[in-house]
Amino acid sequence: MEKKLQPIVGKLEKEFGVAASEYRGDVSLVIPVENIVAACQQIQGLGFELLSALTAVDYWPQESPRFHVIYQFTSVDGNLVMTLRVPVPGINPSLPTVSHLYRSANWRERELWDMFGIKFEGHPDLRRILMPADWEGHPLRKDYPLGYEEPQFTFNFEEINLRKPYAKE
Amino acid sequence: MPDIQEITVDDLKHLVSERAIQGETVLLNMGPQHPSTHGVLRLLLELDGEIVVNCIPDIGFLHTGVEKNMEAKTYQKAEVMADRLDYLDTVGNTLAYSMAVEKLVDLDVPARAQAIRVILAELQRFASHLVWLGTSALDLAAMSMFLYCFREREYILDILELCSGQRMMTTYIRPGGLWRDVPVEFDAAVRNILKTFPRRIDEYEALLTRNPLMLDRTYGIGKLTGEECLNFGVTGPMLRASGVKWDLRKARPYSGYEQYDFEVPTRTEGDVYARYLVRLEEMRQALRIVEQALDKLPMGPVRSNNYKFVPPPRSEIGVSMEALIHHFKLWTEGFEAPKGAIYLAIESPRGELGVYLESDGGPKPYRIHWRTPSFDNLQSLPLMSRGVLVADLVAIIGSVDIVLGDVDR
Repeated sequence: MEKKLQPIVGKLEKEFGVAASEYRGDVSLVIPVENIVAACQQIQGLGFELLSALTAVDYWPQESPRFHVIYQFTSVDGNLVMTLRVPVPGINPSLPTVSHLYRSANWRERELWDMFGIKFEGHPDLRRILMPADWEGHPLRKDYPLGYEEPQFTFNFEEINLRKPYAKE
Repeated sequence: MPDIQEITVDDLKHLVSERAIQGETVLLNMGPQHPSTHGVLRLLLELDGEIVVNCIPDIGFLHTGVEKNMEAKTYQKAEVMADRLDYLDTVGNTLAYSMAVEKLVDLDVPARAQAIRVILAELQRFASHLVWLGTSALDLAAMSMFLYCFREREYILDILELCSGQRMMTTYIRPGGLWRDVPVEFDAAVRNILKTFPRRIDEYEALLTRNPLMLDRTYGIGKLTGEECLNFGVTGPMLRASGVKWDLRKARPYSGYEQYDFEVPTRTEGDVYARYLVRLEEMRQALRIVEQALDKLPMGPVRSNNYKFVPPPRSEIGVSMEALIHHFKLWTEGFEAPKGAIYLAIESPRGELGVYLESDGGPKPYRIHWRTPSFDNLQSLPLMSRGVLVADLVAIIGSVDIVLGDVDR
């Protein structure tokens, strides 16, 4: 762990009663979902002005927690990076929004709603962002099947063409 | 067929002003097919006469599910999707992906491979800035700039073709090194660029920098302060044009950038013109880095010899049983990465390009997320475009330098 990061991580560990872990030099803290806004406020106050990335992982079929939401912070001033991981259960997954602290979280949270179906309470504009508005399901969930297309050859071209889902005529 | 839901203004009520609902202002679609949106970006504009009151970007027209697709492929095979995200910075994307995989499995890269990576990444940065310069000048009605820039870009694409056989989708940088060493013509071709390009940049400057039309269209337009940039996640040349000296190549060096001597250009105005100046200076600095890297290009292998992760060279497969087995295993099953999660970021021509990679111990990425700079940079568009003229909005979109493949993934 970088020397400058140690007091910051130590402070967060004490404040929220969690332990930091390190893998290949990346420091991450697992924060319970009810503390996330307070933690983000703390981290912003400690000089991490950039929310580099906000993403999620789906551990289906594991149910509690099914998701981990990952917050990646960068401190431009102190030249430091750190990660928060927030476990979220699979039934009615929801988190409080941090888009009032980091404005860049606005679209990122919309993306997580679109792709994983994770709700962000208090978000000003929680619509789908990448998929069409009337899309069903959340594509990046692990129980959402990957689509495919049947390859057509000369001997079965017509047969496959009949059941191929596209506008004919 | 399910019924297609109509999206009405009622759904967007919270995004437009009260006056739009009473019919005092006009709601107008700009795009998705509009030449100045550089791809398929739809903007819903609320206009009071010719003044933009609100701008609501609508993205996702180019969404191809890259992340989902990569999760279904082995680490080697997933790499081809990385090229196709940001199609103007293909070398940078494969560099980020390869470095993320190398970090995940703890793989060392030979010094020669690192230097060639830097040369190609900087040339690609130059080419990407050329496309930006050409198209954004075209938006401001400077048609000849477009032709000059694309003429020069072709020389760089020729070098990529020389190395990899492909002009754009190179997949030349692989986890553990490079696909193969550069050909003998490489040195002369790059030196030719180093000789001719500085003069070409001077020519662009002669055409644009003090051009009164250019100044009228760009000076003081689309301002962002440094704090706003960071809060909106804006990185890259846009952030540096707002006075924040943050470049990952300098701050957190990777791939041997610490050996090279270069400046990080910054401006304090934070407007469209400042972004233009910063990017032009970055093009000069890119050439400086290429020259240094080429001068002290070390000899040696270009691929790691850890055959658990990197396929052995063709010459060994014919004579070594072990090499044949490694080759077969790698291309049928792939390699198993240890369980863990990493985040790795590099400086792409547009800003911080990050890869979040998580492994569950299997041969495929369990989760890969691309933190693409265009996505966050575009998010600041509503803030920048409030109160400007529609024609200025075109200049602002040009200065963001979005690549829609990068925004929508």
